[in-house]
Amino acid sequence: MSLRSTVHAEIAAIAAEQEKRMPPITDDLVMLDTEFDSLCFALLVARMEDLTGADPFSEMEAEDLPVTVGDLVALYDRAAAKQAA
Amino acid sequence: MILRERLLAAGGLDGLFLSDHRERRDLAGIVHGPRDAAASERLSGKRVLLAVGGQMAAARAMLALDGLISRLALVPPGLAPEHIARIAADSEAEIVVFDAEGLPDDALPGLPRIDAEAASAAGAETGRETEWALATSGTTGAPKLVAHTLEGLAGGINTAAAPEPGTVWSTFYDIRRYGGLQVFLRAMLAPTSLVLSDRHEPVRDYLVRAGGAGVTHILGTPSHWRLALMSAALDRLSPRYVRLSGEIADQTVLDLLRAAFPQARMAHAYASTEGGVGFTVEDGREGFPAALIGTRAGIEIAVRDDALYVRSRRTGRRYLGGTTEPLMAEDGFVDTGDLVERRGERYHFLGRRSGVINVGGAKVQPEEVEAVVNLHPGVSMSRVRARPNPILGAVVEAEVVLRAGTDAADPAALKKAIIAHCRPRLSQHKVPASVRFVDNLPLTSGGKLVRRVP
Repeated sequence: MSLRSTVHAEIAAIAAEQEKRMPPITDDLVMLDTEFDSLCFALLVARMEDLTGADPFSEMEAEDLPVTVGDLVALYDRAAAKQAA
Repeated sequence: MILRERLLAAGGLDGLFLSDHRERRDLAGIVHGPRDAAASERLSGKRVLLAVGGQMAAARAMLALDGLISRLALVPPGLAPEHIARIAADSEAEIVVFDAEGLPDDALPGLPRIDAEAASAAGAETGRETEWALATSGTTGAPKLVAHTLEGLAGGINTAAAPEPGTVWSTFYDIRRYGGLQVFLRAMLAPTSLVLSDRHEPVRDYLVRAGGAGVTHILGTPSHWRLALMSAALDRLSPRYVRLSGEIADQTVLDLLRAAFPQARMAHAYASTEGGVGFTVEDGREGFPAALIGTRAGIEIAVRDDALYVRSRRTGRRYLGGTTEPLMAEDGFVDTGDLVERRGERYHFLGRRSGVINVGGAKVQPEEVEAVVNLHPGVSMSRVRARPNPILGAVVEAEVVLRAGTDAADPAALKKAIIAHCRPRLSQHKVPASVRFVDNLPLTSGGKLVRRVP
């Protein structure tokens, strides 16, 4: 599964578990404008760390902060590239 | 010191306001509005429970009731009915100030009630000192009630200084919690305008509203700020003063805030419902300077057995209700339960001695979660710990020793099943975010789980 589809799938799974209604998950969806709240976000970051071994949130610059789903995918993409390097 | 009297004496209320997600009110109107003699009479000298939904209603009632009643017990939002009942009992409430959002019709049968709108018009010059009772952010069971004086609550605030012109305060917190109440008092004792949040309001909407209202001074927990930092609406804010409290502020969140608001003064405060405001750190680095240990004006800080102790006028006075647990030691020091470690000239926070996990400000007692995890047929024993998390500071992680003979051919599915087992039995933030299988868990010589792990 690609990183993008992993992120999208985890967002959908967490939203379902937490009983949040989500619009279709696309790259330009702004996550904090939806019902996806801080707990959902925290779970997503923990699961992505379990799946990829990367936690790009623990060391990041202000301009890296993800606003959209696409930003988040890009953040994990960069973390994966860093790990591979 | 009485809140409304101070505001009446301060004058210069023109242009100051109190706003929430629904409305904006002139502070002068709230303070100078006509008083309701009948409501004043019903409430005068009473022990009062304040159970309203929104923060505007709470703020107006607090201004009307301080100095009129003998005790004001604040019900924080979102509390289960049985916990509201417990706070009513512990505070020995004689009457409840309510609205439909804050108290169900059938709650607290037998306790007289008065509508918050009427109560907000109460207020007579009695000169009585009202005792304030605040709920701790509960772990298991009901929150504890801590009695404070208004002087003690305001002890960390420089009430003599005139506010910087144009100051507008706001906080992500609820003003019925210790951290939020500090902001309410800062605004009212200055006086300045104040923008109130609402727990159901999306982060984006609050940021847009705060920015539009010209907020200059703003307080949140590190978790509040981490979320705000990820909102596209963060640029609506241009604060002069950014404050963090309520959780450990790590270097990452401090650096991110510094980058987002390079022009702002930034401070992280150490405070708790029981211990009051301990100190404030303004150098933008995590932890606190070792030089803060010792005695300074109005406060003494000590480290004993790796934990922080505080003695000052700002700490709570005592617990209310049935608990026999003393709030402070015989020498007047309050044990904060927060573990610290000295590295060079700086102390760093390690977490809670009790193992209590702070999930974005919501406390989780590990034993409560372990008891539920252990009910799963495949689980022999478990240990629940904080797992560091960049969004909420920590989430819950369960280490599990499986029962002999449990089919663990598909570990991922079994982990999911254990988490799914917890979900209907625990509130959301207590459900483990992850499960790790381990061969065994260390026990102390007394047979207890070893909890204190670096």
